[in-house]
Amino acid sequence: MLKISNLTKSYDNGFTALKNIDLEVKSGEIFALLGPNGAGKTTLISIICGLVNPTSGSVKVGGFDILSDYRKARSLIGLVPQEISLKPFLTVINSVKFTRGLFGKKPDLKLMEDILRKLSLWDKRDDRTMTLSGGMKRRLLIAKALYHEPRILFLDEPTAGVDVELRKDMWNLVAQLKADGVTIILTTHYIEEAEAIADRVGIIRDGELLMVEDKATLVERLGKRQLTVQLIEPLTQMPDYLQGLDLVLDAATGDLIYTYEADGKRTGIANLFSTLSENGIIIGDVQSSQSSLEDIMIDMLGDNV
Amino acid sequence: MNYQAVKSIYVSEMMRAIRTITQSLISPVLSTSLYFVVFGTAIGSRMDAIDGVEYGLFIVPGLIMLSVLAQSISNASFGIYFPKFTGSIYEIHTAPISAIEILIGYVGAAASKSMFIGIVTLITANLFVPLHIEHPIAMFSFLILTCVGFSLFGFIIGLWAKNFEQLSLIPLLVITPLVFLGGSFYSISMLPPFWQNVSFFNPVVYLVSGFRWSFFGVGDMPISTSLIAIAIFIGICAAIITWTFRTGYKIKE
Repeated sequence: MLKISNLTKSYDNGFTALKNIDLEVKSGEIFALLGPNGAGKTTLISIICGLVNPTSGSVKVGGFDILSDYRKARSLIGLVPQEISLKPFLTVINSVKFTRGLFGKKPDLKLMEDILRKLSLWDKRDDRTMTLSGGMKRRLLIAKALYHEPRILFLDEPTAGVDVELRKDMWNLVAQLKADGVTIILTTHYIEEAEAIADRVGIIRDGELLMVEDKATLVERLGKRQLTVQLIEPLTQMPDYLQGLDLVLDAATGDLIYTYEADGKRTGIANLFSTLSENGIIIGDVQSSQSSLEDIMIDMLGDNV
Repeated sequence: MNYQAVKSIYVSEMMRAIRTITQSLISPVLSTSLYFVVFGTAIGSRMDAIDGVEYGLFIVPGLIMLSVLAQSISNASFGIYFPKFTGSIYEIHTAPISAIEILIGYVGAAASKSMFIGIVTLITANLFVPLHIEHPIAMFSFLILTCVGFSLFGFIIGLWAKNFEQLSLIPLLVITPLVFLGGSFYSISMLPPFWQNVSFFNPVVYLVSGFRWSFFGVGDMPISTSLIAIAIFIGICAAIITWTFRTGYKIKE
């Protein structure tokens, strides 16, 4: 659905926002682009959607080049921008009609009602956009992008600064769109968002796509697991026979916390348990947890996250 | 051709005009009336006829040009600048629509609105002086060409403007002097030779002259010269816009 080859964007002042980006996104996939501020996420989306001219490289949407075949390419694309950018005097209905018209389509009142209802905008349909709350404006941006029935939807920081309810609605909507076969590309700061809804994740920093991975593989490949061992009689200090193992004693609870690689091979758990058993320490409970995308991001990007 | 997109832009722009219909109408009607009271009646009654045309009548084409030029520029420049200002221009850039379609939508709407204002000014003038239009088809053609030409010019201002100050600066600093020195209230032949020569560099002189010819059959210069001048003006504006869209200058990063 989307094929980006060797895409570079440099500005006159010498700043290079994107460096040789190569990326393919399959039809019906949800792809999350993660990265710190100024990493190039919005620039990448802006080039694909036609807002920024690329310096070199090519982008194809649905097999159509975004420059030479821009009409066909853009007719497949819907964009929900990061900034709230609406004409203040238009009513909600006229605003969504305007966008659909730009895409060469006549109004479809049933579809419009359906979209506005899904986004809780139907009751506000005759209100001017400037009277809407921030959250409602963001919903309207989504409605505008959906009403021309795109096959690939770009969500640029869709849930930045929105309330929990809207975020949940948005995630549900994304799931529905995916079920309808719509490809979705989102940029986000919220790592849990990518974790919750994405199929694949790309990590971008300083204009370079550092890695693209299935979300599960990424978590599995890079993630660490932690095993919390609760003891019937909590320890007050680490005994000598446990020194040398990758263990930390939780001073507050007296639990042992064991960290190991999540690749499933030679975890050392059996060794830990037998050592504990040999020394007469009785285990009350064990809990294991896997590192989140956030932990992985922090590992990769350091303090920039 | 994405006709639906052109229609969307045109309708949306015309709706904006309808929302502000009162101020759109009051301003030209009031200013035309004031010009007639001051120039037509108070001063005009003491002036001789120019080229055989009574002074009150003589100023009508210039007055219409005055409001049409100002309206074309302000409508077209605001029409494209406002979406830039609010950021909603992203919709235009991401839509499957060509530069020419964008232009037809915005400039077409701006020109339609100023055409309407021009006709309102004409009707207002008719309340003060008995108008007889010698070449009505030529008059309307001139009006349309002027509306389109200066809407294109306004569109360029709107594309290039970085803020509201710049948006109002060019009409104020360039257009107002050009219009007042363009023979709206006098014949170029009344000026000293030096200023007559300077006036030939003012495109508005050709417009007013041609427009006046369509009313009374007399003008400062031949009608063909006026037509060539406005054709050149439209050509230059179209070339600048084409270049702007092609390079993305001031439009895209």
